[in-house]
Amino acid sequence: MNARSARRILCVLGSGILLGLSACSPSNNKADANTILVWHWMTDREEALVKLTDQYQQQTGVKIQLELYAPSDAYATKVRAAAQTNTLPDVFSVLGESRDLASFINSGHIADLAPAMNADRNAWRKQFFAKALANTAFQAGNQYKVTPGQYGVPIDVTNIQLIYNKALFEKAGLNPEKPPRDWTEFLTAIRALKAAGFAGLVSGWGETWLIQCFASNYAFNILGEEKVLDTYRGKVLYTDPEWIQVFSLFEELRKENALASGVVTMVNKTAEQIFATEKAAFALNGSWCVNVYKGMNPDLRYGAMMPPPASKRFPMRIWGGAGSSFMVNARSTKNEQAIAFLKWLSEPAQQAQLSTETLNLPSNRASLEKIPVVLAGFAAQMDNTTHPTQWPVAEIPTVNEAFEKGIQSILIGEKTPVQLAQELDHLKARYRAREKRQ
Amino acid sequence: MNTMGNTFYRIRHWSRLAVAHAICLTVASACVFPLMWMVSSSLKTQRTIFSDPGLWVSNPQWSNYYLAWTRGNFGQYFFNSLLYTVLVVGGVIIIASMAAYAFSRLKFPGRNLLFILVISTMMIPIPGSFIALYVLLNKMGLIDTRLGYILPQINGGLALGIFLLKTFFDKLPQDLEDAARIDGCNKFQVYMHVAMPLAKPAIAVLAVFNALAVWNEYLLATLVFSRPELMPLQKGLMVFQGAHITEYPLLMAGITISIIPILTLYFIMQRYIVAGITAGAIKT
Amino acid sequence: MTWPRFRDLLTTYLFVAPAVILFVVFSLFPFIKVFQLSVFEWDGISPDMKFVWLENFKTALFHDKSWWTSIRNAGVITVLALTFQNFLALVLALIVDREIKGKNFYRVVFYLPPVLSGIVVGLVWNWIFDGSHGLLNHFLVFLGHPEWQRAWLADPATALYSVSIIHMWKGFGWGFVILLAGLQAIPRELGEAARVDGASELYIFSRITVPLMLPVFFLVSILTVLGTMQIFDIIIATTNGGPGFHTEVPITRILAAMLGSSRFGYACSLGILFGLLLLSISMVQMKLSKWSSRYS
Repeated sequence: MNARSARRILCVLGSGILLGLSACSPSNNKADANTILVWHWMTDREEALVKLTDQYQQQTGVKIQLELYAPSDAYATKVRAAAQTNTLPDVFSVLGESRDLASFINSGHIADLAPAMNADRNAWRKQFFAKALANTAFQAGNQYKVTPGQYGVPIDVTNIQLIYNKALFEKAGLNPEKPPRDWTEFLTAIRALKAAGFAGLVSGWGETWLIQCFASNYAFNILGEEKVLDTYRGKVLYTDPEWIQVFSLFEELRKENALASGVVTMVNKTAEQIFATEKAAFALNGSWCVNVYKGMNPDLRYGAMMPPPASKRFPMRIWGGAGSSFMVNARSTKNEQAIAFLKWLSEPAQQAQLSTETLNLPSNRASLEKIPVVLAGFAAQMDNTTHPTQWPVAEIPTVNEAFEKGIQSILIGEKTPVQLAQELDHLKARYRAREKRQ
Repeated sequence: MNTMGNTFYRIRHWSRLAVAHAICLTVASACVFPLMWMVSSSLKTQRTIFSDPGLWVSNPQWSNYYLAWTRGNFGQYFFNSLLYTVLVVGGVIIIASMAAYAFSRLKFPGRNLLFILVISTMMIPIPGSFIALYVLLNKMGLIDTRLGYILPQINGGLALGIFLLKTFFDKLPQDLEDAARIDGCNKFQVYMHVAMPLAKPAIAVLAVFNALAVWNEYLLATLVFSRPELMPLQKGLMVFQGAHITEYPLLMAGITISIIPILTLYFIMQRYIVAGITAGAIKT
Repeated sequence: MTWPRFRDLLTTYLFVAPAVILFVVFSLFPFIKVFQLSVFEWDGISPDMKFVWLENFKTALFHDKSWWTSIRNAGVITVLALTFQNFLALVLALIVDREIKGKNFYRVVFYLPPVLSGIVVGLVWNWIFDGSHGLLNHFLVFLGHPEWQRAWLADPATALYSVSIIHMWKGFGWGFVILLAGLQAIPRELGEAARVDGASELYIFSRITVPLMLPVFFLVSILTVLGTMQIFDIIIATTNGGPGFHTEVPITRILAAMLGSSRFGYACSLGILFGLLLLSISMVQMKLSKWSSRYS
């Protein structure tokens, strides 16, 4: 009984203290005219960013308040919640697809940076890789009815390629300096690797966007960019023989048993572990992997290559572009200072510093000379990149989901390529019919 | 009467005991295994954590614990989590028990309807309720305050608490309460001195359940708080989980540190769960 | 109404007042918002919403195969949990209740799984079920059955059951604690007296324990159903709903609609349908509970 009374008293006291504490108004984050509030989610780069913002304050006297909200899902939720209440910070990012960015822009949350970019004969714009800017730009005639403009500043670039383990190549009798040049050679190499006791390809295909990435690369290779976009527009069906060819590639992977076990439900972090511990010879992963592999296995000898083409008609494309971008709050009163900060951050010196410390590719082309050698293999392919955020049209989300999950089904032998194609066409037709009715 | 003297019964007793122990030990090892993996991983390095998956660590990095504490700023976050847990659990117990007592023992119009309404929140998951909650807290000016974090969580524990406690109160025999009423106690005194002590097991279960929920909570904290000095422990653990790089050994060390208070609480509480209350009280 | 009667009612209302106030402020408002949003098509960001009346519900009920698959999957896991998980919890509670040696140790250990963070659970069980280097496969080879090896979480035949095992492992601790609390509330004398009279364990269990424990059994089963149907963090940590839709559950579908395809209104309608389902199941369970306690 005593414990209970004691506890009750404690609770009452505690609540009293709390009420007193909360009576004091919340901190005045935005009161200081010389402080820019920045929200980010990149735990890996927090240290590097803090260093940079301290430098900026010393140089210009403008204080940058960095707030970290991780993981990215929590960050995205927080940004949406803040959008609902008009409490967005001065600088933040919209994670997700073009559709989401378009919504934010159309709701008036994002400032158009095109004027700043184009000033002084495109002084700022010219510093970046064109592809990096394209991720957060909208062109005339885009499907979201967004006013054309540049809405984000990329602070790094990335691309996703096939990584291969040179040591395992040697063990299997393959030449590590001559990776497979097309799909047939790819399968041959995998057979040799499996004979030597290693798994072929590993990737986090439990994360469906990675499946989309691989499939999309080969779609661009086999159908060509225009036909792929026409499919999204509804002018080409999925039962087109070339799409069937794309799906059949996955069936071949299954038949050859070319994938590491459990790839279909694997997260990418697990796939990275498997590649780093040298159990698989190929990995589909992005340039961020350099940092990851270094931590897990600094002695790993590996290289990056384009996915081996399955067709000679169109070039192979990889996904890439801006890794992370920052947007400026259109309703903020400190737009000029925010833009000034972002300009500073994208200058060669800062980009080189960021890149060296976090092993990510810089978004400023001039910083390329200063990057660590190991990233060079990734940087070399930036011109061959593309990304859904850069396309003028997008597929319907439910069809995309069926596409990705359907490929998973192909990989486990539950569906054939033709079945998946028919299912996708059916789904899309129904969706369009409903749209027409409304 | 001496059933144990007979050999047959003796063998049956011991074999039953053996089976019971076998079951318990098997299940127990399945439960303890992840904990052991976690602790052993916390003593490894980033390189060896997956390349050397065995439980034995040849070169234990005890410094991981120190690093986890300092880099994760555990001191501040620990205090915050403790504060939130105590206040939310206390709040839930007091408020839910009072309401459950009323639903169980007191008569008033609208009793059934209200009860169903309150516990139905347990059954309807509200997607995106976080965002609606944020809008609400913003209107009330509770963003970035401790109160704004605690109140929704107290509310979150009420449905289950009321449901659980009402079930237990319903089970209690009326005699004690009637006796107390006859002795002149008012409703509140009967509630405090008769009903609550008898419901100790249920309260202990509730305490543990809510403490665990608050201790592990993260998303609401991310939404409500901006100032780091208000953040709970889970925020500290996030430091080790980057977008691409997870520092596994430090993360495991951090998690190990963070489950100690919860286990301690459970250890204390389970004595109440076991207390066995009415045994002596109701002898006619 | 007389003054004493009024004052009596007032004090009674004071008992429920704090709970009701909190409920109205923090539950009712989002509740109403969800109902309101379910009849719109909204992406969660822009200020315009399109009123679509019952279109979302129609899509969910008639055109969304993945929704029904997810309910079926959650149902399978729930049935498994109701049977195996609670059976295990009951057996363990009975054993520990009977003064077995080391019961303090067991009591703490059985509660470890619920306490462990989702991250650790995900990592460890991913490792156990891993297709090439997993513990389970190693164990099968050790037992002499290498042909039984498979990628447990990626194989459509076993993915759902593997996830169920993880869930049951994590969940039985709760049932154990609540059942133990219930058993401990049964006066010792009843069991002792019966044992002295020569009654078998089974008799004691069925005639004394079960009737007294019926309310607790129902409580545990309602909580099991509610908790299991709302499973999702284990799914996200291990299979992410795959392969295909084999381990999708209602909550992952709702999250996919909300964040994945930005159909907030649709997500709300799914939430309502799901809630109605859970509500009806719980009502049935509660009616059964009342009926059985009246009967015994």
